[in-house]
Amino acid sequence: MDIFLLFISAIFVNNILLAQYLGNCPYLGCSKEKGVAFGMGAAVLFVIVLATVICFLIQKYVLNVLHLEYLQTIVFILVIAALVQFVEMFLKKMVPPLYKSLGIFLPLITTNCAVLGVAILVQRKEFDLLTSTLYALAASLGFLLAIILMAGIRERFEITRIPRSMKGVPSGLIMAGIMSLAFMAFKGMIA
Amino acid sequence: MITESVLSLFGLGFVSAGILSVASKFLAVEEDPRIEVVAEALPGANCGGCGFAGCESYAAAVINDPNVAPNKCCAGGPDVAARVAELTGKAAGAADPMVAFRRCVKVEGNVAKKFEYFGIKSCAAAKLIQDGPDACKFSCLGFGDCVRACPFDAMWVENGLVHIAPAKCTSCGTCVRTCPNAILELIPRRSRVMVFCSSQDKGKAVKDVCDAGCISCGACIKKCPAQAITMVDERIHIDHKACLAYGPSCGEACVEKCPRNILRCLNPEYIAEAPEKEPAKYPEESHVADLKA
Repeated sequence: MDIFLLFISAIFVNNILLAQYLGNCPYLGCSKEKGVAFGMGAAVLFVIVLATVICFLIQKYVLNVLHLEYLQTIVFILVIAALVQFVEMFLKKMVPPLYKSLGIFLPLITTNCAVLGVAILVQRKEFDLLTSTLYALAASLGFLLAIILMAGIRERFEITRIPRSMKGVPSGLIMAGIMSLAFMAFKGMIA
Repeated sequence: MITESVLSLFGLGFVSAGILSVASKFLAVEEDPRIEVVAEALPGANCGGCGFAGCESYAAAVINDPNVAPNKCCAGGPDVAARVAELTGKAAGAADPMVAFRRCVKVEGNVAKKFEYFGIKSCAAAKLIQDGPDACKFSCLGFGDCVRACPFDAMWVENGLVHIAPAKCTSCGTCVRTCPNAILELIPRRSRVMVFCSSQDKGKAVKDVCDAGCISCGACIKKCPAQAITMVDERIHIDHKACLAYGPSCGEACVEKCPRNILRCLNPEYIAEAPEKEPAKYPEESHVADLKA
């Protein structure tokens, strides 16, 4: 039950984009079309889950053993960057269709703060490996949900008559703020 | 403490680098180096006129598939075709240079407005409301969807009618795919005659809304000795290949016979000449002005 609650709350209540404000650059940059937004969301999901597992293992079997916890941030960045490069190569060779659909997004999220954020959050919250993986999955599902919703709204906005100075990112930021407010209503769900 | 952290970071970096370098060996995907060379030879406008997703994918297709001709790039023309043929070792067939043509003369035909349209300034949007604000539902809507789509800046709107600068047109066909009324068509630059109307209506309906439009009487169809004129989708279609093959010996019988003077000779200079004026930009700000009013 606890894990279920954690799962739901990571998607809705503590949505990584709208409640924790991590990963806002792809949120605004890749949310112009639903197809692109889905590609980005899927790539983020893939990388977050993988990176969290790897970082968890690195923390447990390298950093904790050597008492180098203070190097956490820099080591995680290093590991994530290398991991994304590796995954890209692996997909290109082994799963070309997946590479074609995720291809351009993978390098973009090498240094995404949502990826690093989830990896560090699960350490702060002292989850075990299984819970960490589930939390990473739920957080990235929340990301996927938010970015697709955003893309849907922005597609409508493209054909709406709004003042020219508000077109694009300014209206995007306002929408992100309103969506964030709307998602706060989920806070009452888990009291 | 410093030594430890430096060493362990160095170690981690070294391990990652090692994994990546081994992976790049084992997971390397072999790409034909010629693809890059061909892609560089192409104009890089990604107009899609060749029928592929972009210049890159055409380059890959022309290298890998022996059935893809090297002269597909209409934007690049014969020069690029020759270069691609040379790089791929394929024979460069002579492509008949094409040009986009607008089948509407609504200004000349005094086509009235059914209503004043205040919506989004886009042909696709205007088309959704009662088939557009013009009395003729097959006319040029004049909001310039094609102008914005044109990758080569070869079109502009004037008096609610789109104009094409033949000298800039590369016949990529982007505008043809964009126009919701299908009034744009690609024709060979050598074409002799063309119908300047795209109406699918019957004679009376056309006469009611336009002084110039084609009434589909079919006089030209009967008169053409090459049988190059047919009725396709309830509008006149000219098979330019057959027309050009027959040659000028018919004396343009179809043009002479046309009672509405809408089937006309194409001036060879029209097709080849440079645009006499700088294309006016489509006024994008106009909807902002609407809001202020």
